[in-house]
Amino acid sequence: MLSKAFSDGWGPFWRAVSQPEAVAALKLTLVCSLIIAVFNSLAGVVIAWVLVRDEFPGKKLLGAVIDLPFALPTVVAGLTLLTLYGPGSPFGVNVAGTRIGILFALAFVTLPFCVRSVQPVLAELDRETEEAAASLGASSTTVLRRVILPSIAPAMLAGAGLAFARAIGEFGSVVLISGNLPFKTEVASSWIYSLTQSSQLSGAAAVSVVLIVVALVVLTGIGLLRRRFDVSEAV
Amino acid sequence: MKSRWRWPLRVLALGYLALLVVIPVASVFYRAFEHGVATAWDAVTTPDALHAIWLTLIVVLIAVPLDTVFGVGVALILARHRFPGAWLLDAFVDIPLAISPVVVGLALVLVYGQAGWFGNTLAGWGIQVIFSVPGIIMASATVALPYVVREVLPVLQEIGTEQEQAATTLGAGSLTTFRRITLPSIRRGLAYGVTLTTARVLGEFGAVVIVSGNIEGRTQTLTLFIQDSIENLNPVGAYAGAVILAVVAFVVLAVLGGDRERRATRWRSSSDQSPSASEMLLPSAT
Repeated sequence: MLSKAFSDGWGPFWRAVSQPEAVAALKLTLVCSLIIAVFNSLAGVVIAWVLVRDEFPGKKLLGAVIDLPFALPTVVAGLTLLTLYGPGSPFGVNVAGTRIGILFALAFVTLPFCVRSVQPVLAELDRETEEAAASLGASSTTVLRRVILPSIAPAMLAGAGLAFARAIGEFGSVVLISGNLPFKTEVASSWIYSLTQSSQLSGAAAVSVVLIVVALVVLTGIGLLRRRFDVSEAV
Repeated sequence: MKSRWRWPLRVLALGYLALLVVIPVASVFYRAFEHGVATAWDAVTTPDALHAIWLTLIVVLIAVPLDTVFGVGVALILARHRFPGAWLLDAFVDIPLAISPVVVGLALVLVYGQAGWFGNTLAGWGIQVIFSVPGIIMASATVALPYVVREVLPVLQEIGTEQEQAATTLGAGSLTTFRRITLPSIRRGLAYGVTLTTARVLGEFGAVVIVSGNIEGRTQTLTLFIQDSIENLNPVGAYAGAVILAVVAFVVLAVLGGDRERRATRWRSSSDQSPSASEMLLPSAT
């Protein structure tokens, strides 16, 4: 891959990754992935909280629902979202061919990472500290801000990083709902796909190298983070 | 947290899951069967659909055993031998999980395609990899490569070598030791690994779409059939195909589901190991 990307030297590599459509696709991919990593790690905390601290009938099923996006093939994921939020949506919400659609698909596939990274940390959290803080007069927002958030922050960050790494490479679920409109809803993996379809392999390899480098940097960062904070590996 | 937060949080969490996961997945089932079971059945028994199902099964039957043998082999090497570069092998195993499936497919095209490193040599022998079934099998096997290793390796590290050594001392050959001692102890981890591998191979799209050429009735797997059906306005076919894959996903979750807590503790207790990408990328696997 590397040898193909740089087969004609730095110049063509740079031209391949800096041509407008490639830049637009990479930018869109990174921005959407970042938005969804942040949003879903917040949603992940809420869901993990309900999983750990709340009790209600049918809670066992919730675990399966959270893992479903992981077990479901990405094309099926894309189709499910297209059915509900595409043309002919029963809710009257049509996000097919828009950037919102990409966010929907990425939110779906990255959900398990965000919930499962925080859940074990929340489960092990010492409730006595919270009770002590509360008995000393701390309001529930203060407890959240001063006691709970600091302990789960590294795990949240790790989950967000995993979601981001997954999101930048996502293809199957995005391709159906995004419509792949160049400069508008074409993500990096679709751009790589269309380059390979027109046999522009070195250009495709060049954009791939960018994706690989970003993913490896993020994953290495998470590895360091986990060592530093001894974040549970039971994701 | 105070009880006044309980209900808002519960509604927020369940509402998000319902809108993002439950209702969309349910709606696929509804759409598949809204014109009756017979229509759905007809849609997945057309020649193209049957061929796609058949091809998917063949790919599973070849790619999963390949990954299983490779996975157990690599796990044994990593767990039982110390050699320079072991960490490199360890890291390399995870690469398919860290990068986009589209990129995996592209890498195979670069190596085995017409203009690729081995493409010409293989073509000289009359073997076509890209745009043909061997390419699909290779792509599927590559993306699902890490799962068996990641499930079996921690079990091997945990059980240690004492029993194996005892068996060897008592005169058992290495094959007998593997069959009678090692295999039974890794059975559970191996089963998980194989389940995950199968799920991934069945559902792979990005890597396969690049190497297969998506030729109807020839190199179209079930996931490609679904995508093709949507684009060619055959929604019932797409929904019915999706239902097949969704049902498999439910079975996978049922197999993996009940055991999460035990597995979570296992990983936590071995916290001296650095996490692998697969441990991080596989919520339900680890």
